[in-house]
Amino acid sequence: MKEAIELGLMALVLSDMALLGIGLLSTCIRIVAFQGVLLGLFSVAVNWGFLTPRVWILAAVSGLLKGVVYPLLLRRAVSDAGVQREIEPYVGPIPSVLAGIALFGASVWIGGRLPLTGAAEAGSRLIVSASLMTLLTGLFLVAARKKALTQTLGYIVFENGIFAFGVASVGEIPALVELGILLDAFVAVFVMGIAMYHINREFDHLDADRLNALKG
Amino acid sequence: MQTFVPWIQFGIGLVLSPLLAGIVNRTKAFFAGRRGQPLLQVYYDIAKGLAKGAVFSRTATWIFRAGPLIGAAAAVTALALAPFGGRPAAVSFPGDPILFLGLFGLMRGLTVLAALDTGSSFEGMGASREVFFSALTEPVMMLGFLALARESGALSLSGILNAASLERPETALVAVALFIAFLCENSRIPFDDPNTHLELTMIHEVMVLDHGGPDFALIQAGSAVKFWCLGSLIVNLFLPLRPDWPWTANTAAGLAAMAVLAVSVGVVESVTARLRLNRVPQLLAAAAALSALALIFSLG
Repeated sequence: MKEAIELGLMALVLSDMALLGIGLLSTCIRIVAFQGVLLGLFSVAVNWGFLTPRVWILAAVSGLLKGVVYPLLLRRAVSDAGVQREIEPYVGPIPSVLAGIALFGASVWIGGRLPLTGAAEAGSRLIVSASLMTLLTGLFLVAARKKALTQTLGYIVFENGIFAFGVASVGEIPALVELGILLDAFVAVFVMGIAMYHINREFDHLDADRLNALKG
Repeated sequence: MQTFVPWIQFGIGLVLSPLLAGIVNRTKAFFAGRRGQPLLQVYYDIAKGLAKGAVFSRTATWIFRAGPLIGAAAAVTALALAPFGGRPAAVSFPGDPILFLGLFGLMRGLTVLAALDTGSSFEGMGASREVFFSALTEPVMMLGFLALARESGALSLSGILNAASLERPETALVAVALFIAFLCENSRIPFDDPNTHLELTMIHEVMVLDHGGPDFALIQAGSAVKFWCLGSLIVNLFLPLRPDWPWTANTAAGLAAMAVLAVSVGVVESVTARLRLNRVPQLLAAAAALSALALIFSLG
C-alpha cells in the first residue's frame, strides 16, 4: 500500500506542475478532475485496513463532486464564455513551472519539520509535502492568472490541498464536518460559476484584472 | 575474463551502434507501409564515405577538418564511460558523469565551430538552434544524474545506474526526463527531423551540410555511437539487472533492450509530429522540471 500511496502523491505533485505549465482551459479542468478522483482514492488508501462506511461515503462524495460535478459546471462556463486558453497571464508557463519547483522545495522543507503523527502512521514522508504543494499551487494559480475561470480552478486546487492535508494529518475528522466542508466548496464553485456567467455577459470577457478599472 | 568484459561490451557498442539507426528507420518504414532501407544502410553509408575523397571550401580552416575527427573521438571516449547491461563501464571513476556530458559538449562545440567555419549563414542558423536546445538539455541530464546519485550514494555513472531501480518513483521520473533529453540530443522527432532537408526545419543536419566523404562518414559514425551511449543509460535504468549475473546474460538482455529502445524511438517518430520551434523549450523545461522534482523527492 505504501508504494501505491507514494505513486499517488507523485501523481498529485505532477498534476500540480502540469496545471502550472498548461494554459489550455479544458485540459486544466480535466487535470483538476483527475486530482479530485485521485484524492478520493487516496483517502481510501490511507485508511486501508480499517475501512469504515464513513471512509467510503466521504471518498465517494468527494470523488463524485470533484471528478464529475465541478468539471461539468466549469466546462459549461468555458463554452458559454468562449475562452479557450489563458492568454498573457501575469506569470507565463515556464516561469510558473520554475516557481512550482521552488514551491515544492519549500513544501518538502516545511513538511520535514512539521511534527505530524498521522503522516507517519500512513507510512509516507511525502504526504505532508505533497498536500502543502497542492495548497500552494492553488494559491499561486489564484494570484498569477487573469481569467476568472483559472482562478476558480486555483480555488478548487487549494481546497484539494486542504483535503489531502486533513486526510494525511488528522485522519479522524467527523464525517459531518467533512461533508459540511465539501458542501461549502460546492456552493462556492457554484456561485463562482454564476459570477463568471455574469462577468462574461456584462463585459464580454473573463479577465478579472480588467475589473480593477471599474473602481471609481 | 571478468576484466575484459567491459571492453568486449565496448567493442560490441562500437560495432553495433550504426545498426540502431537502421532499426529506427525500418520501424518508421513499417508504420508508413513501406519496406524501408536495408538494416545495414548506415554501415554502407559510412563505408562509402570513407572510400571517397573530400572537397574543402577555400574559406574553411583546419577547424573544419578537426570537427568530425574530434567529435567521433569524443563519442568513442564517452562509450568507454557508459555502463551497459547492468555491468560497470570500461572506465569508471567518481565524477565521471560530468566528463560524460562534457565529452558530448566538446563534440557539439566542435561541430558548431566547424559549421561556423564554412562562413555560410545558413549553417550559422543551424548552429545557433543546436546550441540553444543543448543548453536546455544539459540541465535535464545533470539534474537527473544528481537525483540518481543522491539515491544510490555513488558518484560514478556505473555506480549510479546499476544501483537505480524503477521501484522508486524518483527513478521513473528521471527515466522519463532522460528519454526526452535523449530524443533531443540525438536530433529526433519531436525536436528535429533527421530525414528533413527543408531549410526551415533542419537543426542538426544543417551544420553538417558542407562535410563530405570521410568527414561525413565520421559524423555519421559519431552520432551512431552517441545514440548508443545515451541509449545504454536509459536501458540501464529500465533493466533490473545485477552485476553478479553471468555477463553473457547481461549483455544479451542489454542488446535486446537497446533494440526495443530503437523500436520505441521509431514508434515515437511515427506517431508524433515535429514540435513548433518555439514549443521546444517548453517541452525541455518540462523535462527539467521532472528531473528537479526527482531531485527534491530524493532529498525529502
